[in-house]
Amino acid sequence: MEAEWAKYIGAGIATLGMAGAALGVSNIFSNFLTGALRNPSAAPSQTGNLIFGFAVTEALGIFSFLVALILLFVA
Amino acid sequence: MAGTDPIHQFVIEDMFPIYLGGDGTAGSGLNVSFTNSALFMVATVVAISAYMLLAPGKRQLVPNRIQLTSELMYEFIANMLRSSAGKQGMVFFPFVFSLFAFILVANLFGMVPYFFTVTSHIIVTFALAMLVISVVTIYGFAKHGLKFFKLFAPSGIPAPVLLIVVPIEVVSFLSRPISLSVRLFGNILAGHITLKVFTGFVVTLGAAGFLGWMGAVLPLAMGVALTALEFLVAAVQAYVFAVLTSMYLNDAVHPSH
Repeated sequence: MEAEWAKYIGAGIATLGMAGAALGVSNIFSNFLTGALRNPSAAPSQTGNLIFGFAVTEALGIFSFLVALILLFVA
Repeated sequence: MAGTDPIHQFVIEDMFPIYLGGDGTAGSGLNVSFTNSALFMVATVVAISAYMLLAPGKRQLVPNRIQLTSELMYEFIANMLRSSAGKQGMVFFPFVFSLFAFILVANLFGMVPYFFTVTSHIIVTFALAMLVISVVTIYGFAKHGLKFFKLFAPSGIPAPVLLIVVPIEVVSFLSRPISLSVRLFGNILAGHITLKVFTGFVVTLGAAGFLGWMGAVLPLAMGVALTALEFLVAAVQAYVFAVLTSMYLNDAVHPSH
C-alpha cells in the first residue's frame, strides 16, 4: 500500500467527522430557539452563551477538517 | 493552477534576515529574522495602542462617539471577566483585554487582501494558549499551594468514583492548551483556505471565455458570503478565546468546583 493514495482516502474519511459537529451545532441552536420562543424576554441575556456554545462545538468539526488538511498537505 | 494555490498565503518570508552566531556562511546560526509574521504582530500592537490611546481624546464624562466605542470594548470584556471570575479575577483584566484585542485585530488584519494572518500558524496560537495555561497554573500554585489540586477532585463524590474521575479531570486539564490553540488556529486556517479555493475557482473559470465569465459569478457570490462568515468567525473566535481564558482563570482564583 503506497502512502500517496492512502492519504487522499484518509482525508476523505476524516471529513465524516463533521457530521457529528453539525448535529451538535444544530442541537444548540434548536434548543435556544425552543427556549426563546417560550420565554422571549429571557432570550437576549442568553445570546452570549449561545455564541460561546456554538464556537466550542464547531471547534470539533474544525478539528476533523484539520486532520484532513494535515493528511493532504503536511504528511 | 500555480496562481490559485491556497497554501501560498501562509508562507513565512524573512523581510530582514538576522542570524545570531553561526560561522559566517549564509543561513547559519540562530534565525531571529524579522519576518512578515513579526511585521503584522507589530502592526497589530501599534493599531490597538493607537486606538486605545487616541480614542478617549478629551475624556469627557459623557462620551462622544469614538470614546464610546473604546469604552464599549472595555465594558464588554470587564463584564465578561467579572461574571466569569468574580471580583478577585479582575486582577487579570489587562491580560484578558490584551489577549482579546490582539486576537481580534490580528484576525481582522488577516481579512485584508495581501496581508498576512498572524493567527493562522499553530505556533502563534500555541504560544498564546501556553501563556494562558502557564498564568493559570503558576498563579494557582502561588496563591493556593497544594490545595490547587482540589481542582481535580470535585466535592461530594464517593471514593470509588473518585478513582475514575480524577484521571479524567487531569487529562481534560492537560488538554486545555491544545484545544484552546487548535480551535483558533483551525478556524482561521480553514476559513482562509476555503476562501482562497473558492476565489481560485473564479480565476480558473474567468480564463475560460465568455461562458466561463457567466459561470464565474457563482464562486464569486460564494466568496462574498465566505468573507462575511470569516469576519464573523474572526470576532467570535477572539470572544471565545477570552471567555475560556476567564473560565480557566476562575479555576485558578477559586480552585474548588
